[in-house]
Amino acid sequence: MDGFSKYLAQRLFQFFLVLFLGISLTFLITKLSPVDPVEQSVSLMTSFGATDPRAVELMREALAELYGLQGSLFEQYINFWSRIIVGDFGPSLSSFPTPVMSLIMAALPWTVGLLLQALIISWCLGNLLGALAGYYRSNMLLKLSGALVMALHPVPAYIIGLVLLLLFGFIWPILPISGGAQMNLPPSFSFDYIRSLILHGTLPALTLVLGGIGSWFISMRSLASNIVTDDHVVYAELAGVSSGKIFSQYVARNALLPQLTGLALSLGGVFGGAVITEFVYNYPGVGRLLIQGIYRGDYSLVLGVTTISIVAVAVAVLIIDLLYPLIDPRVRLG
Amino acid sequence: MLKVLRDLLVYNREFAIGFVLTVGIFLFALAHFWAPMPDSAIYLLPPDMPPSAQYWFGTTSRGQDVLWQMSSAIWNTMLFGLTVTVISRLLAVIVGMVSGYLGGRWDQFLMTINDTMIALPNIPILLLVYFVMRDSMSWPVLAATAALLGWNYDARLIRSVTLSLRNREFTRHAVFAGMSVPQILVRQHLPYVMPVIFFTAMNNLIWAIGIEVTLSVLGFSDVNRPTIGGMIYWANQHQAIIAGIWWWIAFPIIAVVLLFLGLFLLAISVNEYIDPRSRLSRMGA
Repeated sequence: MDGFSKYLAQRLFQFFLVLFLGISLTFLITKLSPVDPVEQSVSLMTSFGATDPRAVELMREALAELYGLQGSLFEQYINFWSRIIVGDFGPSLSSFPTPVMSLIMAALPWTVGLLLQALIISWCLGNLLGALAGYYRSNMLLKLSGALVMALHPVPAYIIGLVLLLLFGFIWPILPISGGAQMNLPPSFSFDYIRSLILHGTLPALTLVLGGIGSWFISMRSLASNIVTDDHVVYAELAGVSSGKIFSQYVARNALLPQLTGLALSLGGVFGGAVITEFVYNYPGVGRLLIQGIYRGDYSLVLGVTTISIVAVAVAVLIIDLLYPLIDPRVRLG
Repeated sequence: MLKVLRDLLVYNREFAIGFVLTVGIFLFALAHFWAPMPDSAIYLLPPDMPPSAQYWFGTTSRGQDVLWQMSSAIWNTMLFGLTVTVISRLLAVIVGMVSGYLGGRWDQFLMTINDTMIALPNIPILLLVYFVMRDSMSWPVLAATAALLGWNYDARLIRSVTLSLRNREFTRHAVFAGMSVPQILVRQHLPYVMPVIFFTAMNNLIWAIGIEVTLSVLGFSDVNRPTIGGMIYWANQHQAIIAGIWWWIAFPIIAVVLLFLGLFLLAISVNEYIDPRSRLSRMGA
């Protein structure tokens, strides 16, 4: 087997393992519950008034079937898997009778769009600044911007989001702070709709970019400053290669490889930041859906979003892993 | 150890600032043991008082003193963070060192698990754990869950350090001298791994505090136990921003940002101290 197909097989194995362990873990967590989700939902539904006891009994059975809580533990586990494979999490209780899956599918594009732009901007900007700071080590402007992004990096997304919301929503109200687009505009390719889409996305994306840029900056700067002292760079400097070329071809390009691996590894964490950001800005993605589901005690919705987010992150990691050979000839050529 | 600390304080400005910030906030948090009122008491003071000579940071809409609430909150938040850090360091050290030293199948097995855990999104899993546990969710349970999710990055780092130690001369001497694997790992290799543990502990502490703030801001923890996130949660519940009670939100945010900044400066300066390459480049070599 040549290097490339070996790499491919390895990545695919890891992908399926992540799915298997992640979903098994989710199943196990639901079994930890000290309260029966069926009883919880029943009390939620009967809290509005007296209900016929026979109807409650029927409801219990229907819910147990709906949540896949019938039979032995092993049967439940198999049942859980078969429902995930067909993507059926049953109807959502808080917005009955819409299926959980269609709620998630409506929300997923928002999250993917938000994450994609935030990740691309923060990764590119962080790596560019980091590589420049590692190469031109005495530049004051780079040092200053480095200090700024590094100081922001450990602050949790919620705090950054809240501060931005206060700044641009209350103190200097120039940007919308809630929702994904203007309420009264129908989704279309019109100028107005796209403009409101961009305006509504600005603060959530900015929150994620400000929080994410620092980690790329730090690791890129240390990678670049290590590569600068490598023999091939010293040789190129002595041979009179222009400093711009050394920077882009000799230093930055080599340092980008581990950063791409880092991108794949960071996705799980970045997703968590997106969940919180969506909540802060009431952005209609899966994160908001998840938190709403928890507040409303919607068991199937919470379970569905958690599972789908594990699958979505695993797929994204796989895509990055498959792109990796394109920029690393060692993997491509074996 | 004390000499290293002194040198770092004198010669490394980042370390000095980070040290002063962290110790200052720690002392402030320590002060809650001498608080004039219990931190769980509500409606004890006049509500919504702006900062004044009597109430330095004002009072909340629930009739609590923001200053003393913050002191308890930082203490509880730090306690949570340290619990997560200690448990996850233990896991990271054991998995990393065993994996790096034994190599072969063990290494493959442990690292596959490790890489799988890295790819799982933490926040949704923590939220799911909260959702199923509900009222029986206490902060130690939350800390244990966070610790189980927060060790894998650092296990990889520790593994790579142990991997390089394995082929060194002194390891071979130890093996020939008849030391067992646990003995070699603890007595020969652990001292070399210690700085890495310390550095990753700082970053992990920052991460854990971030998790605590995030979850309690949403109300997904014991909201009656004061924490930094919990204070912001209550402020949001009482619409503090719209009501103009800015001090209820602003001071906790400032405190937690200062704490993050302090810990982060400590982490990067310690990392620089460990890695001589970056120290040399700083000196202009």
